Amino acid sequence: MDLRFRDAEPTAEEREAVDALLGPPATAWEGGRRTETDLRVAARPESARDLLLPALHAVNDRVGWISEGALDYICRRLTVPPAEAYGVATFYALLSVKPRPPRVLHVCTDLACQAKGADAVRRRVEERLGPPGQSWQPSPCLGLCERAPAALALEAGSPPTADVYGPVLPEQVTDGLWTDLPATAGPSSNGAAGGSRGEDPRAGDTGEPPAEAAVPQAGQDGLVLLRRIGVADPASLDGYRADGGYAALRRAFRLGPAGVIREVLESGLVGRGGAAFPTGRKWDATARQPDHPHYLVCNADESEPGTFKDRVIMEGDPYALVEAMTIAAYATGCAKGYLYIRGEYPRAIRRLEHAIATARARGLLGTGILGHAFDFDIELRRGAGAYICGEETAIFNSIEGFRGEPRSKPPFPVEKGLFGKPTVVNNVETLVNVLPILEHGAQAYAAIGTEASTGTKLFCVSGNVARPGIYELPFGATLRDLMDLANPVGEPRAVLLGGAAGAFVTDLDIPLTFEGTRQAGATLGSGVVLVLDDSVDLKAMLLRIAEFFRDESCGQCVPCRVGTVRQEEALHRLSERVDERDLLLLREVGQTMRDASICGLGQTAWNAVESAIDRLGVYR
Amino acid sequence: MIPLQPPRRLVDVEVDGESVRVPEGSTILDACTAAGKDVPTLCYGDTLTPKNACRVCVVEVEGSRTLAPACSRKVEPGMTVGTDTERARHSRKVVLELLGSSVDLSTTPRAAEWIEEYGAEPGRFGADAATVEQPAKVDNELYVRDYAKCILCYKCVDACGDQWQNTFAIGVAGRGFDATISTEFDAPLTDSACVYCGNCVEVCPTGALSFKTEFDMRAAGTWDESRQTETTTICSYCGVGCNLTLHVQDNKIVKVTSPHDNPVTHGNLCVKGRFGFGYV
Amino acid sequence: MSYDRLTHPLVRENGVLRRATWEEALDRAAEGFRRNVAEHGPDSFAMLSCARSTNEMNYVGQKFARVVMGTNNVDSCNRTCHAPSVAGLSAVFGSGGGTSSYQEVEDTDVIVMWGSAARNAHPIFFQHVLKGIHNGARMFAVDPRRTGTAQWADLWLGLNVGTDIPLAHAVAREIIHAGLHNEAFIERATTGFEEFRESVEPWTLGVAEQVTGVPADAIRELAHAYARADRAQLCWTLGITEHHNATDNVRALINLSLLTGHVGRYGSGLSPLRGQNNVQGGGDMGAIPNRLPGFQDILDPGIRTAFEQAWGAPIQPRYGYNLTQMLEAMGEGHVTTCYLIGENPVQSEADSLACVKRLSMLDHLVVQDIFLTKTAQMADVVLPASAAWCEADGTFTNSERRVQRVRKALDPPGEARDDIEILCELARRLGHDWHYDGAEQVWDELRSVSPVHRGMTYPRLDEHQGIQWPCFTEDTLEPPYLHARLWETDPVKRGEPAPFALLRHSPPVDLLDEEYPLRLTTGRRLDSYNTGVQSSGFASPLRRGETIELCPEDAERLGVVAGEEVRISSRRGSVIAPVYIDPALRPGLVFMTFHFPDEVDTNALTIEATCPIAGTAEFKAAAVRVEKLVKVG
Repeated sequence: MDLRFRDAEPTAEEREAVDALLGPPATAWEGGRRTETDLRVAARPESARDLLLPALHAVNDRVGWISEGALDYICRRLTVPPAEAYGVATFYALLSVKPRPPRVLHVCTDLACQAKGADAVRRRVEERLGPPGQSWQPSPCLGLCERAPAALALEAGSPPTADVYGPVLPEQVTDGLWTDLPATAGPSSNGAAGGSRGEDPRAGDTGEPPAEAAVPQAGQDGLVLLRRIGVADPASLDGYRADGGYAALRRAFRLGPAGVIREVLESGLVGRGGAAFPTGRKWDATARQPDHPHYLVCNADESEPGTFKDRVIMEGDPYALVEAMTIAAYATGCAKGYLYIRGEYPRAIRRLEHAIATARARGLLGTGILGHAFDFDIELRRGAGAYICGEETAIFNSIEGFRGEPRSKPPFPVEKGLFGKPTVVNNVETLVNVLPILEHGAQAYAAIGTEASTGTKLFCVSGNVARPGIYELPFGATLRDLMDLANPVGEPRAVLLGGAAGAFVTDLDIPLTFEGTRQAGATLGSGVVLVLDDSVDLKAMLLRIAEFFRDESCGQCVPCRVGTVRQEEALHRLSERVDERDLLLLREVGQTMRDASICGLGQTAWNAVESAIDRLGVYR
Repeated sequence: MIPLQPPRRLVDVEVDGESVRVPEGSTILDACTAAGKDVPTLCYGDTLTPKNACRVCVVEVEGSRTLAPACSRKVEPGMTVGTDTERARHSRKVVLELLGSSVDLSTTPRAAEWIEEYGAEPGRFGADAATVEQPAKVDNELYVRDYAKCILCYKCVDACGDQWQNTFAIGVAGRGFDATISTEFDAPLTDSACVYCGNCVEVCPTGALSFKTEFDMRAAGTWDESRQTETTTICSYCGVGCNLTLHVQDNKIVKVTSPHDNPVTHGNLCVKGRFGFGYV
Repeated sequence: MSYDRLTHPLVRENGVLRRATWEEALDRAAEGFRRNVAEHGPDSFAMLSCARSTNEMNYVGQKFARVVMGTNNVDSCNRTCHAPSVAGLSAVFGSGGGTSSYQEVEDTDVIVMWGSAARNAHPIFFQHVLKGIHNGARMFAVDPRRTGTAQWADLWLGLNVGTDIPLAHAVAREIIHAGLHNEAFIERATTGFEEFRESVEPWTLGVAEQVTGVPADAIRELAHAYARADRAQLCWTLGITEHHNATDNVRALINLSLLTGHVGRYGSGLSPLRGQNNVQGGGDMGAIPNRLPGFQDILDPGIRTAFEQAWGAPIQPRYGYNLTQMLEAMGEGHVTTCYLIGENPVQSEADSLACVKRLSMLDHLVVQDIFLTKTAQMADVVLPASAAWCEADGTFTNSERRVQRVRKALDPPGEARDDIEILCELARRLGHDWHYDGAEQVWDELRSVSPVHRGMTYPRLDEHQGIQWPCFTEDTLEPPYLHARLWETDPVKRGEPAPFALLRHSPPVDLLDEEYPLRLTTGRRLDSYNTGVQSSGFASPLRRGETIELCPEDAERLGVVAGEEVRISSRRGSVIAPVYIDPALRPGLVFMTFHFPDEVDTNALTIEATCPIAGTAEFKAAAVRVEKLVKVG
């Protein structure tokens, strides 16, 4: 391509960060030294657009922001037009194209934290550190809801580091908090090259409680998905195997791909990401596609406010995900899987990098896995701060190096997904369910739960409860059963089920099944159970939900791009003065977002607000 | 021999109760056109892959949870489409209100007509409703970027990018309501990859991108399309033979476009054909 | 600088041009032609017809030369660009047009852009190439510079200037040695293969690497890709034709298509890209010294008779002078009067000083143009014309042989008149009472004498958005590519076989030595055009004036920096221009345009070494030196 570059040069540090990811430039035309051969012959470089986000991460991780020179250098290396790369860099909240200090504190201001006093923390931080944008910024949900209110400090450098704080008490917010605490551990330099292979993934956990601290049931009998959390060492493949690991994969090889799909179909497993689509059917449809290669994408971009179950699994039982992905790939004919983890999960990224590297070293990934004619490997990709990338087609664009905008469906991913090829996308919780299905058989699995909702479900309980955390219950338990375990503090006024895209409910006897919540006009969504008592300002909660959708709208379609703004404006007016016209306006805009938006973000942006108006009478 | 495309299968669909037969692979919009329905479109471009971003063309498809964009959704046998249902009209109305309240639609052809037809009231969001108002970017002598009129339809980006010009001078930057069409680091065009082909101007549906001649004449109040003639002729520069449509007012060329169905240009020109008319 | 349009006629009086009435100017123009022909015979007249004017004007123009003046001395600026393509193609296939159409580039498998900076010079054609690339075609770019075109290529081969024949020969030899040549096609549709095979035998990859500078592996890759492709397009522009042996260059490329059978099929063909809007049409209309309208040979008595009957006048049974020969004949006093329509040879010809000298020797020079160009400033009579593309009706023919309608959108300024009207006025003054009711009437006359245009009525041209020639009848259309006959199994239908050409490498005439160590090559920029007369009329943000483009290494060696003015000298002249540093160049190779002759007369440097067959000059290869200016004081 005849790209045009401006005259900005990268610094030595920026160049080094990019070269550490991509290796040295092959020719002068890709940013290397001019040689005589370069001036005589030039071949089109292999397309490497999909390394754009890892390369942007590499610079951002090293320097803290992406300068013009760095962007140009990345573009030369990858043959990407600078205007497009700029569009990608400005899409993500964790990347900056303006100078800023290396250490940036991300203060969670989202629902679970807001229910636990995040506003006071935010005000305190602003007093200390000045207006947001430089050394700190407010952040959507960090997935640390059991520790709310929480904060995450990311510090660029070599290596970059990350510190997790929570719960943060406003009085703890001193000048020293972000600078004096020892730098602990960071995300690896990139997701593509597997930078921290073989390092002890527990290094850097100083100060951060172990994953099992988020699982009040840890160690109890009867757990299925959470059974290894806090029991097996997440850094030990041997420990994982000693605890029954890789039995499921062996069974899968015995069953063959079609047999695996039959088991999953018969188990009744449906997707846990929110859409509740039968996993077996998705796999079957992908496996049948004549176009090749097929891709597997594990959606670990867990960003729905109030959701942190995938993080806990990845931190506490990373090999389970590696094994489950391997089985999914075997069943659907994929040789390559992408594990897309949100960038705000440094420990989960570290643990999975370690797990992938050790599994690869032991021949559990790579060619000829367990002696079978089956090749599969996993590439870990880091998100960079964009809720929308959890949408099943936006995730493809993000991996491919484009803006994380959802695609129009049809065509559906099973037909044209990642790189335009048949792709199966599953989230973490869905995938790990495959292990018990294969270990115990479809029938045993289907015997758990209800007829329409089989197996167990993870719930992310946060808000005004004494024991927040991840709970595993068989489908069919009621909200009240769950509340009894979590022990509410004060009188619960409402429960937000399913996250910002979910709905408020007040009836505690709702059965926590797909059909039960649907009947109650709610959704299980990603399993969020945010408990709110009388102390919580509901109007402020709704404003936060509206702000969240406005912030996270990709901007592609009009109903969502402008509708989320109009929704927020109307809620601001309503929190001052109730006006029927604004309520009507909300309904009309809401209906249009639901009907006419491209993707689920816009389609659900009005759900929670609608339920709060109708069921909680917030503006009555 | 010239390879002929095999004949396409025909598909029967129902549009507003009327049966229509269109070739397989047609869009709902094609079927609507065949049925004589006037479905409004903004981001749709006859030379571009539908982006279906504006959602003004949404229609109701029986059995579909959400409304479908007519411009991009392909017809399927037996599909039942409602272009004028209450649900479809409601979304169209609100989309026009959302656009009308945030973007200057004064030079968007047919916008005023649709706003009236659907009973849209862009003013209902109040005087404080956020807009994309900003000063026009005038950084070169050939064309102007007035992003206060931009509905973010992506057509300019697609025309500049891999669908036609392959220059990639502009992209979408930022996110959500703050997203804009931008060069890298928002550099002026003169410092960008822009080659001034004006193919972005050709596809812009709102007048956000316009010839400087048009921009200046509008500012001076002398732009008058009723006094303009349009004549299609051939470019005077290289031998490729691009078709130009000259827009002439008072014996002066005020704008140049190219026919979108032309086999040589498909509506695209280069800087010389588009802007190189000054010498006559 | 920007030019003002001519709005009234001018005549020379006491050595200066002054305003005149049309009557006076036309009388003076006609009188001068009559006087010279009376004194020196019809061949003392020469006409340069305008490649930017309509087919209709070119038809009337050449008819004026042949019927009114009685000479075949008519040519156009075709000569400075694509005459070698026409000469080469017609020698092999009997017809001088490119064999393919744009759509085929989108549907082909391999595209070779040889000496063509189409990304900048033919941007909309290149969009078709890009479609082809996006559809999966592999593209190869052969160019000394790594141009915008080359940056899109799967493989760029940066050869030494003027080594196209060695490269083509090495490609041919490699194809033959790898057994990838199309034996069936060669046997059926070509002649001279055995001799050709022997002639390329010395050009091993190693020898070619030595001569062309292109690594052997890259040559092999090109050869194999081109030969193995099911469909392949070979496109070229001035990088092939602006050489002293340009017709040989063209033949070398055609040889490759014959060797592989990449001609005469959908998606496989040869595409020379034309530099001016109607350079194809000018030739098609007979505004060339050896062909009558419809590309019909003057030497064919049957054809001549048909035209003599249609036109009611005898036609000389010999070829006229081409542009190069005209200029020489002016120098030698054989041509004494000249009628230049829309041409600016003073600034477009290589070795511009020599051109000025020759034109100044004329007894009577009439220039018909829309601007007072440097050439017009030398004229005895200047006739203000309309701009064909927007102030006249008619047709142009593009590089894919598509005849398309030109329509009048504007009235010409002041007293400027339509070209055909002016020609008719002059014809009337010289005893031929010509009159046409509009361009369509001219076109219908042309259709009656040119079989390849016969089916193209104006309504049909409207209906189809142009029609590619040939189009023999009013109710048929031919395939978009030429020479399908070569694939016929019936030898009668197959017709004349296509001959391989035996060629020798002839390096650029202007040799490099210690005094002139740098190879200067010239070309176009995206936003400018030829001598800049047209393109100076708009404020292109891309325009940066004339520069001498150097690679970073040469700039460093010469101790010069971007923007610094330097002296560039050749064996013929010297100019001063600022430095521009372009990494697309390599040491020893420098580049200039010819878009800004009023500021920097690049053609003071170029060499008038011309192709003996087609007459084009070697704009692409001069020997120069670049010197830092020494500050005085």
